[in-house]
Amino acid sequence: MITLDHVSKTFTGANEVHAVRDVSLTVDDGEIFGIIGYSGAGKSTLVRCINLLEKPTAGTVTVDGKELTAMGEKDLRQERKKISMIFQQFNLLPSRTVAQNVAFPLKGSGLGKEVVRKKVMDLLDMVGLPDKADAYPSQLSGGQKQRVAIARALASDPKVLLCDEATSALDPQTTQSILHLIQDINRKTGITVVVITHEMAVVKEICHRVAVMDAGAVVEEGTVFDVFSSPQQSVTRSFVSTTSNLGKIEALIAADDPMTALAPGAVIARLNYGHSNVSEATISEISRRFNVDVNIIFSNVEIIGGQSLGGLVAVISGDRVREAIGYLSEKNVVVEVLKRG
Amino acid sequence: MAEFLTSIMPHVVERSDQFWQAFRETLQMVGIVGVLAVVIGIPFGVLLFATKPGAILQNRPVHFILNKICDIFRSIPFILLAMILLGLSRLIMGTGIGVKGAIIPLTFATVPFLGRQIEGALSEVPAGLLEAAQSMGCSPWEIITRVYLKEAIPGIARGVTITLISLINFTAIAGAIGAGGLGSFAISYGHSRGYTDIMWTVLIIIIIMVSLVQTIGNAVVKKTSH
Ligand SMILES: Nc1ncnc2c1ncn2[C@@H]1O[C@H](COP(=O)(O)OP(=O)(O)OP(=O)(O)O)[C@@H](O)[C@H]1O
Ligand SMILES: [Mg+2]
Repeated sequence: MITLDHVSKTFTGANEVHAVRDVSLTVDDGEIFGIIGYSGAGKSTLVRCINLLEKPTAGTVTVDGKELTAMGEKDLRQERKKISMIFQQFNLLPSRTVAQNVAFPLKGSGLGKEVVRKKVMDLLDMVGLPDKADAYPSQLSGGQKQRVAIARALASDPKVLLCDEATSALDPQTTQSILHLIQDINRKTGITVVVITHEMAVVKEICHRVAVMDAGAVVEEGTVFDVFSSPQQSVTRSFVSTTSNLGKIEALIAADDPMTALAPGAVIARLNYGHSNVSEATISEISRRFNVDVNIIFSNVEIIGGQSLGGLVAVISGDRVREAIGYLSEKNVVVEVLKRG
Repeated sequence: MAEFLTSIMPHVVERSDQFWQAFRETLQMVGIVGVLAVVIGIPFGVLLFATKPGAILQNRPVHFILNKICDIFRSIPFILLAMILLGLSRLIMGTGIGVKGAIIPLTFATVPFLGRQIEGALSEVPAGLLEAAQSMGCSPWEIITRVYLKEAIPGIARGVTITLISLINFTAIAGAIGAGGLGSFAISYGHSRGYTDIMWTVLIIIIIMVSLVQTIGNAVVKKTSH
């Protein structure tokens, strides 16, 4: 649905900024594609290159089979109606009511007054705000404003929805509800969604695939499960670690926390399940087989893309620790020994 | 009632015909120039805003010229402006005096003034709305009319209010150089002949006009802000 081919964007000015460097990406029809990166990585610039709010300095952008970078202003405006966008700051028109905001993109569409009215009400129903039609944006909460923005974005029956930090101004609970709304709409209408975020939790929640951006370039790309389970780049690893508590153990060891005190022969190990498709039953198995004690300090397992992912940090003690670890490795569990007693 | 008025403002009552004539002239000047200012000043302000670097119709030379016109006309004291424009007024209006003669200088003083107010009002519209409108495929014209002008209505109402108030002010000054109106009435009778009741009457009427404009302006701002 969206193809970026060697897209670069350089801002010229007092000093040059290479905001996007040679990015090539394909977003498939109907998928929810995440773009994650730290602040300043170039995410907003990249997503603005998709609807050409930002003209790439090099490369081509093709959406729904049409090369936008080859179009004139007028055709481009027509195409933009099929690529909607929602924003961190919602960007509702304050002087218009909710219904007028939602109807805004329909002006000039040739639809009759009654049709527009019905469409607006249907959209407001869809986002769960049927009773707010006549309210002004200033009378709504952040989450409600974003719902209105989503309704407005869908009014022109777009093929693509671009979300630039759409939940970053919202509390965690509201974030969840907005994400689920987007997911719901994606499932119902098959709309292709691009989600820009600096929060791994957002990607984990709704994305099918994800690209990781760093300093203007896409450094890693894949299904959310793959990127989560075996991050290749250090940026990606640091994002992944923000969603799990398994990284906290290093700090505890460094601080000589009593929890990390070891008897001779015992180890502290971090086990990552990765693709191994095992569960915590493996723990009781090594316990039985090798007669070791496994004392779990942290555990973090979640379901991503229908597969379980995560691991745990445990103190393993006994005479056959080495054999137990060997067995785990055979089962495709990634074992890192962090401290030996 | 008549007796009471005669006792507090004898010289006004004595010249009530001239007084009403002067009042009508002031209303005419404010009315005609007010309409001209809005009709010319709003597009002027929109262009001033939209041609700025980075704005939607960015155009350096056009913006430079409009900006300079604005600065120059706003920095000339009105009384000098009126004298400078005498020739132009004779050319266009056929006269340099009376209500007709005052229209050109008053318009030249008011349009740049309102233009700046409009530019300021439009600058207050959050930048995110421009981005949102562009992403919805709006043309520059749609963005100006459906987003900027619409969102800036309270700011524009504020600008028009201030402009009308300075216009009332300018008409009084114009009276000093033969424009007619309440200013001229106050100068030729109140000031030159020392009839203080005329001075006070004109003053009070002008205060009432200004308050009225301000009150209406405030009401419009209040009604259009959400
Ligand atoms: N219009 C512009 N002119 C000059 N530099 C710009 C412009 N827009 C963005 N940049 C620069 O490009 C780089 C990438 O910015 P961008 O907004 O795309 O980052 P981001 O990943 O979206 O960050 P954030 O998470 O903070 O939104 C930054 O260094 C920024 O300063
Ligand atoms: Mg951004």
